[in-house]
Amino acid sequence: MTRNLKTGLFSAVLLMLISYPILGLKLSVVGIRLQVEGASAETLWIIGGAALAILLWHLLLRDRLLGSGLAKAALPSLPEGFKHSMTLPHVQRWIMFGLLVIALVWPFFGTRAAVDIATLMLIYIMLGVGLNIVVGLAGLLDLGYVGFYAVGAYTYAMLAEYAGFGFWTALPIAGLTAATFGFLLGFPVLRLRGDYLAIVTLGFGEIIRIMLRNLTEYTGGPNGISVANENKPTLFGISFERRVPEGVQTLHDLLGTSYNSMYKVIFLYLIALLLVVLALFVINRLMRMPIGRAWEALREDEIACRALGLNPTTVKLSAFTIGASFAGFAGCFFAARQGLVTPESFTFIESAMILAIVVLGGMGSQLGIIFAAAVMVMLQEIRDFNEYRMLIFGLTMILMMIWRPQGLIPMQRPHLELKP
Amino acid sequence: MSRPILQVSDLSMRFGGLLAVNGVSLTVQEKQVVSMIGPNGAGKTTVFNCLTGFYKPTAGKVVLGGEEIQGLPGHKIARKGVVRTFQNVRLFKEMTAVENLLVAQHRHLNTNFLAGLFKTPAFRRSEREGMEHAAYWLDKVNLTDVANRSAGTLAYGQQRRLEIARCMMTRPSILMLDEPAAGLNPRETEDLKALIAMLRDEHGVTVLLIEHDMKLVMSISDHIFVINQGTPLADGTPQQVRDNPDVIKAYLGEA
Repeated sequence: MTRNLKTGLFSAVLLMLISYPILGLKLSVVGIRLQVEGASAETLWIIGGAALAILLWHLLLRDRLLGSGLAKAALPSLPEGFKHSMTLPHVQRWIMFGLLVIALVWPFFGTRAAVDIATLMLIYIMLGVGLNIVVGLAGLLDLGYVGFYAVGAYTYAMLAEYAGFGFWTALPIAGLTAATFGFLLGFPVLRLRGDYLAIVTLGFGEIIRIMLRNLTEYTGGPNGISVANENKPTLFGISFERRVPEGVQTLHDLLGTSYNSMYKVIFLYLIALLLVVLALFVINRLMRMPIGRAWEALREDEIACRALGLNPTTVKLSAFTIGASFAGFAGCFFAARQGLVTPESFTFIESAMILAIVVLGGMGSQLGIIFAAAVMVMLQEIRDFNEYRMLIFGLTMILMMIWRPQGLIPMQRPHLELKP
Repeated sequence: MSRPILQVSDLSMRFGGLLAVNGVSLTVQEKQVVSMIGPNGAGKTTVFNCLTGFYKPTAGKVVLGGEEIQGLPGHKIARKGVVRTFQNVRLFKEMTAVENLLVAQHRHLNTNFLAGLFKTPAFRRSEREGMEHAAYWLDKVNLTDVANRSAGTLAYGQQRRLEIARCMMTRPSILMLDEPAAGLNPRETEDLKALIAMLRDEHGVTVLLIEHDMKLVMSISDHIFVINQGTPLADGTPQQVRDNPDVIKAYLGEA
């Protein structure tokens, strides 16, 4: 009883402390100044009522409900048979196929905003599966992944600005440049693991961003670089832009209609889809290749790896390099879609978001990452809850920790037939 | 007559002020089971770590088949055919038993990136051979039934056997087992004995063994080295070692 009273009082005080600043205080603009307004009486009553309710819950109801097992049922959980069937490889393959079909027809039925959000999701899926190689498979906690994303984006933007490269030529170069940076980062951190590695990679991501901001001469500093229309993605030489220089064929000229920006949005979406499908395919194959198994072995036990003749250096560097290249591709596409790259698109919060996608989805699981990316982007984009976005974000994380600490769809071990 | 495959002379390992291994010399004949025994803390595992490249020996020479290997990094020594198991089992716990075996074959499989991406016939063949080799050894150590269970969920004895099988996947010439019988019940120890004998007789592997189970050591070893407090104490056939007064003194104390 005393314990219940203690927990109850603690919860009530905590609730008041948290909800008063969030719900009670308001900033309002008076002339040119901001003014803090106190809470209305009504809000205060609600907060007080909620605090009382939680106190009563702990004092009177909690034990009774816990005893009857009701509290357990309160957490949503799927039936065991369904859960198991979701993890079977052929079921997952069908889900993937279904998702692909939906993704293919999506732009032709969705609104412009829906296609835009879907494109953003695809970018995050790409980043998620790339980071998954480093974090999920090789077990190297990388908090600076956004650095490689930035390298990819700036490679394309700068190649377009100074050398007039188009999207399709810049794409492989962006991937390669990001991979090179991944390789370079890999070297100094070879001996590090866990927390130490996380700090160094975090620093690396910030270094890249700050460097891009301060190399004003080449990168345009905080203003960034914009990508000229003639260097934007084309379909076999056909541009999707409204205004292009002389000599470039545009889609609306070809069709003889007036310009429609929807075509461009759909086109970009399809490019993103193509990139994501390719990335998923490549990584899926990698996971079943000796190198993929070596990554996982490294995550499990580095010393045993060495005792079996695997060179941990090569394995780690390959994970960093290949993981980074996917960020490079994603960055290149991001620059093409945005038309403008600035250092502020590549802040730490992006790294955190990508990492959250990998962890939420279930480390190592591709299907999980696809779902997690969809959930996270949707959370970001819900305008009605804009003010409470971070709150919902945090709440999701806490619920996940309680409900499914191993991620939405944890990775499944492949079943290998001994007699093929 | 067999010829020496591993020759260690004057091996020393110093950790700061502690001389853990002091002038150990060993000669291991090919296709024999050689045991290293000694009281706890005698430096047996340290010798193992020096031989397999996990420590860089402070002094001394390690010659493997005519080539000096002391001071090389662990993975290079492993590639020369010296692989080991660990006192506390070190499996890739989240991975299945058969995946554990496939990882160990890394260097024998087709690791070409493009070949794997497009599943070329060469890649498929290499993977199939890897699977066959894995299946063969799973059968040898009697783990075929649990091939697709993750290694961490296996019973302790099974994990021990899987670790030995994993070493065999690298096609070693010398297999070093660090207390393989620790934690096994008498029946499992008998099976282990049969397994080690099989490795030596059928697969021509030289086995270097650290073990405390004297019944096992005495019955299977061709040669025994005794180490006490980092220094070599005696060596010889099981019978010679058993009758050596110094050994008895080290193990049982002054009479």
